[in-house]
Amino acid sequence: MAVLLIVEHNNKELKAFTLNAATAASQIDSEVHALVIGNNCADAAKAVSELPVVKKVLQVEAVHYENFIAENFAPVIVKLAENYSHIVCSANTFGKNLMPRIAAKLDTSQVSDIIKVVSQDTFIRPIYAGNAFATVKSNDAKKCVTIRPTSFDPCESSGGSAPIENTDAGEEFTTTKFIKREEIKSDRPELGTARVVVSGGRGMQNGDNFKLITAVADKLNAAIGASRAAVDAGYISNDHQVGQTGKVVVPDLYIAVGISGAIQHLAGMKESKVIVAINKDGEAPIFSVADYGLEADLFEALPQFLEELNKLNTIQK
Amino acid sequence: MKILVAVKRVIDYNVQIRVKEDGSGIVTENVKMSTNPPDDNAIEEAVKIKEAGKATEVIAITVGEEKSQETVRKALAVGADRGIHVKAEGIIEPLAVSKILQKIVEKEKPDLVFMGKQAIDDDCNQTGQMLSALLDWPQATFASKIDVKDGKLEVTREIDEGLETIEVNTPAIVTCDLRLNEPRYASLPNIMKAKKKPIEQINASDLGVDITSKIQQIKVEEPPKRQAGIKVSSVAELVQKLKNEAKVI
Repeated sequence: MAVLLIVEHNNKELKAFTLNAATAASQIDSEVHALVIGNNCADAAKAVSELPVVKKVLQVEAVHYENFIAENFAPVIVKLAENYSHIVCSANTFGKNLMPRIAAKLDTSQVSDIIKVVSQDTFIRPIYAGNAFATVKSNDAKKCVTIRPTSFDPCESSGGSAPIENTDAGEEFTTTKFIKREEIKSDRPELGTARVVVSGGRGMQNGDNFKLITAVADKLNAAIGASRAAVDAGYISNDHQVGQTGKVVVPDLYIAVGISGAIQHLAGMKESKVIVAINKDGEAPIFSVADYGLEADLFEALPQFLEELNKLNTIQK
Repeated sequence: MKILVAVKRVIDYNVQIRVKEDGSGIVTENVKMSTNPPDDNAIEEAVKIKEAGKATEVIAITVGEEKSQETVRKALAVGADRGIHVKAEGIIEPLAVSKILQKIVEKEKPDLVFMGKQAIDDDCNQTGQMLSALLDWPQATFASKIDVKDGKLEVTREIDEGLETIEVNTPAIVTCDLRLNEPRYASLPNIMKAKKKPIEQINASDLGVDITSKIQQIKVEEPPKRQAGIKVSSVAELVQKLKNEAKVI
């Protein structure tokens, strides 16, 4: 039987991590069907039909799918699940919210946040904030799996031409109502997929000082991250949080500034290729994972860092 | 209005966990245990709603071995009125926990069920959503703000893109984010008083739900260790290393 990939999109475009989820789905079984649920989402369906790993696209449209409410999505997916061995989507807030609602309806124990496909029924997933890796085998007939997007490469996004089929919509779930979404728009690369991330912690002392981080991030074409402490303190909004309960990032370069390195923060960044830590406390645990540690006052180091970067004219974009 | 709050006993968030040498799991003997952090936020929010006169009773529930009762007792010490301990041994998967909670919800008929968005041990992030599915109730997950209105809740949710606000009719499930509130500490007199509050004990096997594991844990291992790096002495050296050695800028 085939794998059903639940596509994350904004009714027009695919969300970047759909490509990573598609790769994971294709590692489970080569017959990947992509399900696009939305409102006026033909563009998104077209985009997913062009992924070479996708063999068929199912499109379901209704006004009540406009805002991606899990209570509306789940019944449609549960009905389609009859024809599939696996239901797959990303373990980001979209998938985390949705997949357990599907799994429970199917009486399936979900496998969350996998980082590796061992076989069709066996997967590796991090537990305890990534301090242990568990190899688990699902004994359910139908498997519901969410994948950690940063652990799978994005698939090719063009060259395919899968057929698109329309499927009937389900009824509206009337006791949950969408009110509004406040998305923080930015010209920067997305935190989850950026090549470079510059993050600030409690050491930044206030939100205004984050302009020092912003300046360096601008220079490096980097995304801006933060520790939970910095978000809790109100220095920066929640969508920047990196860690066990925030986002997991795996950039080529992660620069942690004024971040002590609690277990929960390390969970979100320790797979980064190169880690830099700038902290005035030489004993801070962040240094134990840093490739390059600089024990210094960040208020002196960051302006100097920017100055040194300005001397280079070969910053990779 | 009645609020049921589910809490879980986990290894304390400050403990550096150790993997058992035989790969069978995590060392839990002689390790500090405490309430799963976002479950503390769930209790705090329920107690605050009661203190604001919008709820009449807060019931704390846990599922687990004998010692899990400590977690319920702690919830009683910060303001829950009574407790329920469903006794079960070993790893109880989120699906099984949600089936147990469904039985308790059918008996207690709460208007709201609160719990943390994720347990920091298995990091599954499933139970609240699964319970909502089984009950066919609305689910307000990852809540960082809750406004109680007449028969409704307005909930602000933390999502990857920023914030989302939804309105759910009660009865409903809310899973709580760490930023929802600042959990209080239990005062000594309240800890003493909590000892007198009732905790009902129920055997999971008496609830008539199948809680056998459907996921087999084959092995647990340590992740690859990161090589310790070097300390640089100046910003100039750092930039030089990033450019010429790591080649990332």
